Amino acid sequence: MPPARARPLSPHLQIYRWQIGSTLSILHRITGLLLAAGLLALIFWFASLAGDEAGYHAAVRLFASPLGLLILVGWTFAFFYHLLNGLRHLFWDIGRGFGRTERRVSGWLAAAGACALTLGVWSLLWHFERL
Amino acid sequence: MGRVLGLGSARDGTGHWWAQRVSAVALIPLTLWFVFSLLLLPNLDYATVRAWLGVPLSGVLAVLLVAVAAHHSYLGTTVVLEDYVHGPGAKLLGMLLLKFAHVLLGAVGIFAILRVGFGT
Repeated sequence: MPPARARPLSPHLQIYRWQIGSTLSILHRITGLLLAAGLLALIFWFASLAGDEAGYHAAVRLFASPLGLLILVGWTFAFFYHLLNGLRHLFWDIGRGFGRTERRVSGWLAAAGACALTLGVWSLLWHFERL
Repeated sequence: MGRVLGLGSARDGTGHWWAQRVSAVALIPLTLWFVFSLLLLPNLDYATVRAWLGVPLSGVLAVLLVAVAAHHSYLGTTVVLEDYVHGPGAKLLGMLLLKFAHVLLGAVGIFAILRVGFGT
């Protein structure tokens, strides 16, 4: 139903104290959107694989360019964070992990774990000269 | 008054909620399999990746990955759209675009994988 006119809204983001919980929550949404965009890149890569070799190598060169690599690292973080925080959500869905300490610890593990896994994967790639 | 206007509980949304969880759980092994399979390949050359994807199990799992990821992404992005876009015209257009984009992406991905798998 179309809104008759814009209704006044109480201030929220402007005045509510910053909290780790809400930050992790919005980060889950943001990483989700980034991964949705990444789906485009993934499908593009599959499509190039179905084409000829020249086209595939052109696509790989694009992904391996400095900007491409930067985006891939970003997507790696988005993937691991969304995965780990997603696990938190699944635990909440079965009713576990709502306690204050549990929330804080699991949140920290999700954020730090995502950083660690991203660094780990890319260090391994660098070390084994796969780049 | 709410009842007259047809407002009140939507009595719908459980399906969406459940589908999001089921696809999420399915994506855990699917994405991890995909990432680690690629990492374990000797290189990402055309022939190497095509050979890997040509193995029936890899092809099937890759098709499932694309389909489930596209569905999970569709469910998630539509929720985001609903949260931030309220104008009826913009919302409807957004919903259609999201649906068509995800279906198209899924179709292209699956077609490409099958093409490699069946060897053309």
